[in-house]
Amino acid sequence: MTRRPFPVVTRCLAAAAVATLTLAACGTESGSGSAASGEPQEAGSANAFTPPDLPMLSELGEPEGQLNVLAWPGYAEDGSTDPSVDWVTPFEQQTGCQVDVKVFGTSDEAVSLMKSGGYDVVSASGDASLRLVAGGLVEPVNTDLLESYADVAPFLKDRAWNSVDGQMYGIPHGWGANLLMYNTKQVQPAPTSWSAVFDDPAAQKGNLTAYDSPIYIADAALYLMTHQPELGIEDPYALDEDQLVAAVDLLKQQRQYVGEYWSDYLKEVQAFKTGASTMGTTWQVIANLLESKAPVKAILPEEGSTGWSDTWMVAADSDHKTCAYKWMDWVVSPKINAEVAEWFGEAPANLAACEETSDPDFCKGYHATDEAYAERIHYWTTPIEQCLDGRTDVTCTDYAAWTQAWTEIKG
Amino acid sequence: MTLSGSARRLLQAAVAVVLLAVYLPLAVVVVSSFNADSTFSWPPTRLTWRWWQAAAGNEGALSAVATSAEVGLVAMAVALVLGTLAALALQRYAFFGRETVSLLVILPIALPGIVTGLALGNVFRTFLGVDLALWTVVVAHTTFCIVVVFNNVGARLRRLGGSIEEASMDLGASRWTTFRLVTFPLLRSALLAGGLLAFALSFDEIVVTQFTAGPAVQTLPIWIFSNLFRPNQAPVVNVVGTVLIVASIIPIYLSQRLSGDATGGRM
Amino acid sequence: MTTARPTPGAAFWHRHPRLRLASVLGAPLLWLGVLYLGALAVLLVTSLWRQDSFTLVVTRTWTLENFATIVVEPAYRAVLLRTVAIAAAVTLIDLALALPIAFYMAKVARPLVGRLLVVAVLMPLWVSYLVKAYAWRILLGPNGVLDSTVGATPGFGLVAVVLTLSYLWLPYMILPVYAGLERLPNSQLEASEDLGARPGRTFRSVVWPSLLPAAAAGSIFTFSLSLGDYITVQTVGGTSQMLGTIVFANQNTDLPLAAAVASLSVLVMAVYMALVRRTGALEQL
Repeated sequence: MTRRPFPVVTRCLAAAAVATLTLAACGTESGSGSAASGEPQEAGSANAFTPPDLPMLSELGEPEGQLNVLAWPGYAEDGSTDPSVDWVTPFEQQTGCQVDVKVFGTSDEAVSLMKSGGYDVVSASGDASLRLVAGGLVEPVNTDLLESYADVAPFLKDRAWNSVDGQMYGIPHGWGANLLMYNTKQVQPAPTSWSAVFDDPAAQKGNLTAYDSPIYIADAALYLMTHQPELGIEDPYALDEDQLVAAVDLLKQQRQYVGEYWSDYLKEVQAFKTGASTMGTTWQVIANLLESKAPVKAILPEEGSTGWSDTWMVAADSDHKTCAYKWMDWVVSPKINAEVAEWFGEAPANLAACEETSDPDFCKGYHATDEAYAERIHYWTTPIEQCLDGRTDVTCTDYAAWTQAWTEIKG
Repeated sequence: MTLSGSARRLLQAAVAVVLLAVYLPLAVVVVSSFNADSTFSWPPTRLTWRWWQAAAGNEGALSAVATSAEVGLVAMAVALVLGTLAALALQRYAFFGRETVSLLVILPIALPGIVTGLALGNVFRTFLGVDLALWTVVVAHTTFCIVVVFNNVGARLRRLGGSIEEASMDLGASRWTTFRLVTFPLLRSALLAGGLLAFALSFDEIVVTQFTAGPAVQTLPIWIFSNLFRPNQAPVVNVVGTVLIVASIIPIYLSQRLSGDATGGRM
Repeated sequence: MTTARPTPGAAFWHRHPRLRLASVLGAPLLWLGVLYLGALAVLLVTSLWRQDSFTLVVTRTWTLENFATIVVEPAYRAVLLRTVAIAAAVTLIDLALALPIAFYMAKVARPLVGRLLVVAVLMPLWVSYLVKAYAWRILLGPNGVLDSTVGATPGFGLVAVVLTLSYLWLPYMILPVYAGLERLPNSQLEASEDLGARPGRTFRSVVWPSLLPAAAAGSIFTFSLSLGDYITVQTVGGTSQMLGTIVFANQNTDLPLAAAVASLSVLVMAVYMALVRRTGALEQL
């Protein structure tokens, strides 16, 4: 066999490399595919951006037979956590839409997954919803096509986090507060204030837990609202540079005592069961799951709390919009909304659900009809440069700054 | 090699310690699969077959195994072809840039999986504009499986030398006939060993898969990942792990018998 | 014996060796060169762009700010250094564990025992990575295996990460080292003995030259696998984060930053591979 040198190969490789680099620079699409995305506007309006112009579904068609749901844990139970807790299977049987549920742990994960595509409907909290709208990832929702919408609490409709210029972008699902959970045997005396996790958690060193998301900075800001009023924080999501620094310092201090940050809710369940975590922020559903298995108690501390008000939204590039609308109608219908609310431990958006709960005092306990109470919770909101508390003399820190700060805090 | 008695015993002790360390976590997996408490409290107070029964009927797990097997087989097949071609090119031809090509082939496995995953996932979605699905996973897996086959086949070709193929062609056989009747039979065991290892790599791959799999795709590692902390599913994960421990003996033993030099290339 | 005439097809291929090479090398080169290298190139280009954190739009404004961030911001620098340190620690631990066992398997044990040991070492590879990482969580967690037997445990954190990663990548170190030692003819060792060399001298002059490239090859794997890991640190790492964590978290919401971090890890690996290239490790991968 003759052997001859082939300089050709290296030349070909080099040419290919140059070609691909040029192609890459020119060919890569910017932005999220087809829809032109929103651009931030000047301050003044409540939503300081123009959402992309996306069409709204005008009428329902035939169910497409498939639905990919992106949900907070506990929102789309299909019997796998607890065989008796299942509202997905009846939905599948009724509509013929086969449901695949993907559960996420933080709003950042939700936004990230929506951006990567493939999901039809998402339960978005206030710190995800506007980003999804601005990014052209969700489309306006035609509330006329949703029977359950009529009974939704009026104070949840047309709010800053689920609508833009009067156009609803989803249907409210439920709302609730983040709670402080602690192991009743290991944590003595019983805490009543967030100072248990911020000011004096030394006794729980290594066993403290906190939510693994930049939005947790708002919890620190909320604490500072009460305990360091000289900082002048009015809204935990409207922090100027100095206020953010104060919150970050508080969290850096807290980090020394934290054993694990959690975003997977079942990981937190397990951590409390095994004793790896003894105190930290939680959702009611986690406390519910731990009920018979570990001595825990979840409370709403005296300073108040951050929370979430969730909205089901439809993906703009979904291929299963009829199934999506049917799902939204289903989950917010009185009976199912009651089931979800009781399983998760939150106030249902549909006030008619209060008649359907198995515990007749459920809605009272969660203040579901109490608008004044609902207004006191500091719902997750995406921080933006235009201060959400209305200040115009300073620029507030936006979510990018919070994300960077969070990386800094975790170290 | 002769070592002094004490040196030999010391070495054997070291080996025993390492083996113990290697199998201790696996023992934990096996025991946990019988632990009645789904939170894996230790030591297990009650043992149960419950999780094994659940695993046997668990549709999610079984279809995840099927998906993983599907991906693995296709990736292995394509990697076999491409890896063999690449090995033939590098071992039987001399050309300028051999080292570059060789580097290029090992790059997908020398770079962290997160880079490969991010790069490929990004190309699929933004550059090519396709939705992530099962085939995107197959393409990604093939990319890093090529090197495994390449190493095995390359090592074998190096050992064989080119003379037997030259002799065949001197006797009048065409190149294709030579490959078919002379080279390929000699490569068979290297191909099998490489293919087995490529399949193993793909079967257990999680990082690149997470970046390139569509939402509906559930390979076994993805299924395990999503069930790792679920209260009623996590023990099933340990059952799956135990099954894998036992089931792996066969292909490993096979691959050892097949490759002439016991490791043949990368592994 | 009749001499067959070459078929026209065979003659064609014989006269065009370049075409032959192209047909053999073409497909794999296209796959790896265009698809893979192209993907890496696209990634590099993306790291020079910017993504709005609110609208998630990636704008093609050329900027070095992502690289500036990861190099200048103390948090990212710390993560980078921590990740490299972990990777180095894991590599050293695996080397220390792999050498005796590989040497024993290749040179000291009887052939049957050696083969059985290879199987024994390879078996954990087939068990899912996640299952093994989770087993370490049970091992090291409070009230876990270690805690209930010995009474103390390092708990979740960097130590746990190093231990778990060392465990996970050990087979990837043992096997190239074993292969390298296996290739060393026993006759050379015997000859060295016959010539009067003590074991130490034999090791230095005869074993080490074979061992070095093999060990370097194994180290490329352990280093690279540790550099990009984010799952183990999530499972047993407590509050720690590594480069992989940042890439995974930002992959869709701040792709340019994730791409910059990924490019940085490529750079680190490129430097590492350049360093070990001279030992001949790259042929033994």
